[in-house]
Amino acid sequence: MTILIGVLEQGLIYAILALGVYITYKILDFPDLTVDGSFPLGASVSAVLIIKGWNPFLTLAAALLAGMLAGVVTGVIHVKFHVRDLISSVITMTALYTINLRIAGGIANLPLFSRDSIFDNAATRKLPPAVGPYVTVFVIAVVAFAAKGLLDAYLNTKSGYLLRAVGDNPTLVTSLAKDNGKVKIVGLSIANGLVSLSGAVMAQQQGFFEISMGTGAIVIGLASVIMGTNLFRSSSKIRGTTAVVVGSILYKACVAIAIALGLAAQDMKLITAVLLFLILILNFDKKKVKISA
Amino acid sequence: MLELKNIYKYYNPGTVNEMCLFDDFNFTVEDHQFVSIVGSNGSGKTSLLNIICGSIPVDSGGISIDHVDMTREKEYRRHARIGRVFQNPALGTCPSMTILENMSLADNKNKSFNLTAGTNKKRIEYYRDILRPLGLGLEDKLYVKVGNLSGGQRQALALLMTTMTPIDYLILDEHTAALDPKTAEIIMQLTDTIVREKNLTTIMVTHNLRYAIEYGNRLIMMHQGTIIIDRSGEEKEALQVEDVLDKFNQISIECGN
Repeated sequence: MTILIGVLEQGLIYAILALGVYITYKILDFPDLTVDGSFPLGASVSAVLIIKGWNPFLTLAAALLAGMLAGVVTGVIHVKFHVRDLISSVITMTALYTINLRIAGGIANLPLFSRDSIFDNAATRKLPPAVGPYVTVFVIAVVAFAAKGLLDAYLNTKSGYLLRAVGDNPTLVTSLAKDNGKVKIVGLSIANGLVSLSGAVMAQQQGFFEISMGTGAIVIGLASVIMGTNLFRSSSKIRGTTAVVVGSILYKACVAIAIALGLAAQDMKLITAVLLFLILILNFDKKKVKISA
Repeated sequence: MLELKNIYKYYNPGTVNEMCLFDDFNFTVEDHQFVSIVGSNGSGKTSLLNIICGSIPVDSGGISIDHVDMTREKEYRRHARIGRVFQNPALGTCPSMTILENMSLADNKNKSFNLTAGTNKKRIEYYRDILRPLGLGLEDKLYVKVGNLSGGQRQALALLMTTMTPIDYLILDEHTAALDPKTAEIIMQLTDTIVREKNLTTIMVTHNLRYAIEYGNRLIMMHQGTIIIDRSGEEKEALQVEDVLDKFNQISIECGN
């Protein structure tokens, strides 16, 4: 039971990140490594503001805005200065490492123990002790599904249609007398806002900010997105965003199984990399079968 | 009125592959003209369209619409008044979005893409009504992703989407070339109907000499960046496929093909 709740907690936190990666990887077709910097950006912003005495929920909004700004930076570097997509995201990612350290006051590890968080505050302390173990997963689920719901709603607006069109067929967006570049910047901004929000929730859940927590975040996001979208590839009824959330939880379950099989926590990044590799291989296999059939 | 004045365009300038395409090229299209452009590969037809639409820059010279200079205007801004249909049916639609979503996008051209609902439910019947005359059954497939449609269906949809909102210029870039003869015929007739109905100024590049003769009221033949035939009105009416073909053979012999 504890393992299951742990998987749900981690899976739903990373689901928010995966929703962001879904926008860049699946909708915009933009290889965005900014994620490795914007994830800890949200964590550092949230941690510092909590220490300053902000309402923990308000720090989530601040983290979201900070992430959106990071996305805009990557977008502007790519669109206005014509730097290749991957490189522009690496520039922002690298810059964010220093910026995150600066935000955290030059400290690589910022503990938040005994501070109020979205999981532990005046309201949750009033709850009966019996529900105690489920508060965290419940709060995470609320944030994750709110993010998913808002993203779904956005993708069905006129602006959201344009975002979906720009990755699909940029020529059509030009034909609609709209600037491709601006739409891309908006997409990158929303994506990194979500990633940063995910980082903020993560920092509050684990009770600290740590500078290296973003390393490999993009890999986790990609693994979740690819796993989820391929799992539901044949069914058109399931929304892409739903598939991504399921993918993220499944991915964390795979990691939990790997650890249960005797791998240590320090093997995490290796597990992450191998899992993504396996997921990709399995999918390529499916494609081959399809072609020969 | 669309005017191209003293256009110079070199490809790969400063390299051994330098190639002059347009050397003091001039071209004017009057309002409500339907111009068919023919010519061999590399004669500058598609480059001409790209220059008009702003997809490629010119080295010097001026492009103006109704005497307003457009030479420095960005491609997407020019499309406020221009609609373009490409040879590749995939370029005119979004494959991962449904027919309804594609039409909603097109319907919103030159309006704000804001946070209101992407599809206006009140317009659905209207979309069905304009799809029905195509006779392709698309009106019953509103919720089907465009990626699942055939090339002909996509091109018909692309043409419809391009001309759904008011535009002044319709640019057709070999838009029937990738289709089978029967579908090409349907798309060509549909094009003619739409151009007449909406009174659009049209520039059509085609390799099909019969279409160039049959449709439109002006015919241009291009060769190595210059216009070698330009007939309009009665002169154009009198033109036969054989006349154009003869000229084609003539320039081919000159080039040693």
